[in-house]
Amino acid sequence: MNAKQKDKLATVVLYLIAGIIVLILASLLGYILVQGLPHVSWHFLTSPARAFAAGGGIGIQLFNSFYLLLLAMLISVPISLGAGIYLAEYAKANRLTDVIRTAIEILSSLPSVVVGLFGFLVFVLQFHFGFSILSGALALTMFNLPLLTRNIEDSLRQVDFAQREAGLALGLSRWETVIHVVIPEALPGIITGMILGAGRVFGEAAALIYTAGQSAPALNFADWNPLNIASPLNVFRPAETLAVHIWKINSEGIQPDAAAVSAGASAVLILAVLLFNVLARFLGRRLYKKMTAE
Amino acid sequence: MDPIRAAMLKRSRSAKRERRGKLISLVCISLIVLVVAAIFFFVASRGLATFFDNKVNLWAFLSQSVWSPAVNDAHGNPQVGALPMIVGSFGVTFLSAIVATPFAVGAAIFMTEISPRLGAKILQPVIELLVGIPSVVYGFIGLSVVVPAIRHAFGGTGFGILAGTFVLFVMILPTVTSMTVDALHAVPRYYREASLALGATRWQTISRVVLRAALPGILTGVVFGMARAFGEALAVQMVIGNAALLPHNLISPASTLTSVLTAGIGNTVMGSLENNALWSLALLLLLMSLAFNLVIRWIGKKGEMKR
Amino acid sequence: MKKRHILLGLLAGLLVLAGCSAPGSGSESITAVGSSALQPLVEAAAEQYQTDHLGVFINVQGGGSGTGLSQIQQGAVEIGNSDLFAEEKPGINAKKLVDHRVAVVGITPIANKQVGVRNLTVVQLRRLFTGEITNWKQVGGKDLPVVVVNRAQGSGTRATFERWVLGDRQPMPAQEQDSTGMVRSIVASTPGAVSYVAFSYVDKTVLALSLDGVKPTDKNVTTNDWPIWSYEHMYTKGQPTGLTKRFLAYIQSAKTQQQLVSKMGYIPVTAMTVARDAKGNVIAKQGGTTDGSN
Repeated sequence: MNAKQKDKLATVVLYLIAGIIVLILASLLGYILVQGLPHVSWHFLTSPARAFAAGGGIGIQLFNSFYLLLLAMLISVPISLGAGIYLAEYAKANRLTDVIRTAIEILSSLPSVVVGLFGFLVFVLQFHFGFSILSGALALTMFNLPLLTRNIEDSLRQVDFAQREAGLALGLSRWETVIHVVIPEALPGIITGMILGAGRVFGEAAALIYTAGQSAPALNFADWNPLNIASPLNVFRPAETLAVHIWKINSEGIQPDAAAVSAGASAVLILAVLLFNVLARFLGRRLYKKMTAE
Repeated sequence: MDPIRAAMLKRSRSAKRERRGKLISLVCISLIVLVVAAIFFFVASRGLATFFDNKVNLWAFLSQSVWSPAVNDAHGNPQVGALPMIVGSFGVTFLSAIVATPFAVGAAIFMTEISPRLGAKILQPVIELLVGIPSVVYGFIGLSVVVPAIRHAFGGTGFGILAGTFVLFVMILPTVTSMTVDALHAVPRYYREASLALGATRWQTISRVVLRAALPGILTGVVFGMARAFGEALAVQMVIGNAALLPHNLISPASTLTSVLTAGIGNTVMGSLENNALWSLALLLLLMSLAFNLVIRWIGKKGEMKR
Repeated sequence: MKKRHILLGLLAGLLVLAGCSAPGSGSESITAVGSSALQPLVEAAAEQYQTDHLGVFINVQGGGSGTGLSQIQQGAVEIGNSDLFAEEKPGINAKKLVDHRVAVVGITPIANKQVGVRNLTVVQLRRLFTGEITNWKQVGGKDLPVVVVNRAQGSGTRATFERWVLGDRQPMPAQEQDSTGMVRSIVASTPGAVSYVAFSYVDKTVLALSLDGVKPTDKNVTTNDWPIWSYEHMYTKGQPTGLTKRFLAYIQSAKTQQQLVSKMGYIPVTAMTVARDAKGNVIAKQGGTTDGSN
């Protein structure tokens, strides 16, 4: 076999590998959707869950998942942005920076059940937040931080150094250069990282069982005062998310239609992640255009 | 004092902002480090209690193969041998990394060298979606598809390291792929141009120049994937069978550190030996992720020297 | 940059507001944590109680019997749910806790449908779980290897099963699952599998085995002819007061016991003709229970 043939063969193999990966995802998605979609209806999406009778929905869990995701992002994005800026722009290459980086990596590879129990002992019991959205959001923040920080740092580093020199030459300080020049340029990368983080948060169950709780009390969707316990906005109410709900009905569910609810909920979860992906990509592109074309 | 002089002596607004900005970013990073330190302290204080308060022999913990903390053996010592879990964890981690690496590297080459357009349009979103699928769902697909398939193909119950490997392979694929893509992107363009100019084919360029230059980065990605696999709990727990036995082969039920930890933690009483022993497993997990990180750092250093 | 400040400020404000309001809003709230087997019942009871009594909030969470007992011992919650007597759990000082028995749960061995056996003696069942019997043909079934599936160590269901079936014998190490739902689906799909679940989880996918000719029915449990059963406990630290007391009285009331408890697949405590203490001594109950039926 000569070099040309080898080259052809390698190309074919690489196409094959790419095809297999796409196939794996397609069959995964297909399996989940085929199993789940027949159970999804407007009623299923909006009605509350039932503990022991058939016909329960996932309305409250769906809302909880999105609300929790929003809160977790609100807390973790600013912190990881700051941390990412520090690592990319200010950190010197020394022992201390090495230790910080190692710490972040360790945080990212912690098993979620450990984070969940830590959150339970610290946020739920020590801080008296109780089983609540807030405790859950803080626990999720701990997952999200390392992922986002690393991603933001990488995105910032990829911005050409000439951009920074240009900013500094215009008399901007380092901080101003970062905020007005580097971050807008790095935004698409940051957005992608946020999508990945959001996906992980959305599907997380083990860390939430002990923090956001496994019960979804009825909500009054006419009450938007965050101080009332029945209000959807209250951050101190327990909030079972979609992923926790799937886990729960599969482990201890006694509903006669548990399998159907679980399949339906999985399909909705996947669709939500899908939707989220598309939306964030679209927004990222729009934002990038707006911020850099000025 | 004349105003110009005053203005020169005072810190400019820009400088103030710079200081404030630096401070904000420093606070953020300290917060993260603080959280990690807190978790570490918390896990260590409970995990070490097994050895200091309950007087379990560290060597016995690492080398014995009977895990039954509630029951004492003939000598009256608690039976906390974590060897089956350690073997199980390393087994699924290494096997899934071995299976995932060729796929990940192949996909990454496809995305950077062969067809960046198709890569960005199809493979990139596909890989991001794979990340988004929750581990609970992976677990149930493993349970309802992979386990029965293995049972039909190889007999036995279907639960075991092989099933865990399959599930983890799909789960770590995105991590390894995206890091490999980064590593390939980081290879300077003129390396490729130089190689092609010498008359090398595309595959020769890729295999002899690009991959070689990107090797440290790829290895880092693989180790990252392994760290992820090592810490994964829910999905593996559903398909590995959770038997605290030394695995005889790839299809006999086994267990990992995370699966035993997740399954048992709710059933034990805080402060009891059973609970402490589980925290020791968590500590082991933590130390392993530290070890993985040191390996990554070491690879990074080696790679730098070669350039 | 500015926007981020505003967002952060808003978030902080929201948290502070909610934080101030949570304890002082006048409504009473309690938290019950623990046994996942008891969680559905308590959740349903809490739901009913909250509809009848406006302004109270009962937060029900799972997490396992161990969690329930440790949290009630530390006084972190108002009620700790457990499948086991507090005396049976190492590390718990049962003297400080007050036991409220709210239901009885019968546990039955289940097997895969292909094993070809419907009835076992207790000795045979014991030998299955200690590993002395390795093939179903040894107990008159098909030529199929036995696959034992256990619940996780420390699980209440497992402790009850081992106490009344294995006695002081040690089970052989085998597969473990941390939830009833997983156990059931594994037994249903694995040829030769045997395990045990609470009565309410038996469905047509698995085969419930009789023991010494006695069928696993609620009636046989109430007379202790079926020996594998346990109480579901709700522990309080010291005598309960306020909402905790009222809620416990509500669950233990004859009405709740007869309607909700049996509807959800548990056996009412009031239906039992025998009582059992933590050491396992069985005492015939005096005829004068509250409802006096039978």
